[in-house]
Amino acid sequence: MLTLTQIVFLIVAAITLLAAIMVVTSRSMVHTALWLIMTLAGIAVFFVLLNAGFLAVVQVAVYIDAIAIMIIIVVMLTQRSMGSQDRQRSKTWWAAVIAALLLFGGLVLMFAQAPLLGAEAPTLTVGPEALIEELGLALVDVDRYIVPFEVASVLLLAAMVGSIIVAWPGRMSQEQEDES
Amino acid sequence: MIPLSWYIIVGAALFSIGIYGALARRNALAILMAIELILNAVNLNLVAFWRYLTPNIVAGKVFVLVVFAVAASEVAVGLALIISIYRRRHTIAVEEIDMMKW
Repeated sequence: MLTLTQIVFLIVAAITLLAAIMVVTSRSMVHTALWLIMTLAGIAVFFVLLNAGFLAVVQVAVYIDAIAIMIIIVVMLTQRSMGSQDRQRSKTWWAAVIAALLLFGGLVLMFAQAPLLGAEAPTLTVGPEALIEELGLALVDVDRYIVPFEVASVLLLAAMVGSIIVAWPGRMSQEQEDES
Repeated sequence: MIPLSWYIIVGAALFSIGIYGALARRNALAILMAIELILNAVNLNLVAFWRYLTPNIVAGKVFVLVVFAVAASEVAVGLALIISIYRRRHTIAVEEIDMMKW
């Protein structure tokens, strides 16, 4: 007999996977981006079901807010290339289907041999607020995870500087004059 | 309660769909979005394993936060590259972006 959480899980899983399939098959890029948002929202619901509320909020703030909006803006900027009437799949897409199916089968087979598969979730001893506090303290603790935290910060800074330089239009003008 | 295997199967399916998208699409933007799917599948698995196997160790969630940062920087640089290529070549079809092929 299915419990309420299980029914919620199954509905969310169906929506998420359906949206993911639409992401890789949809012809229009704008639709692809919107289906991607649907998938990301489904993952956020999974995070809530797994008692990781903070990660769900970060998922909404970083993925659905920042990343999805950035992708949609670039979709609109580059819409003149590859409209929805153009061919969207490469010539060897059937090989990609085989690769994905093999990978899925292999992953499921591998996980089926893991001993912990039927594990029930242990009850959490602390409340949701203490979980977030623990995560925040662990991130800035010198003896624990401050190095990955700082590496992530430097990575974001480097990515910001790098993307500004890569997308900078200034250097282009000379070459464009040469071409024309 | 939900068994751990359900999360693993959803994660594996999402990962495979992402792999298909990254291999089969012609549009560079669509490939970038498929890579987002892959990263999300990994995140789902990380959080599921944290919750079911080691709820007392915070490392699983720290790893997810690092993946968030990596995904954000990857998208920022990837989109900048796509805009730059679109300016020069007026295309975002990956098979026409072959300047580095020889």
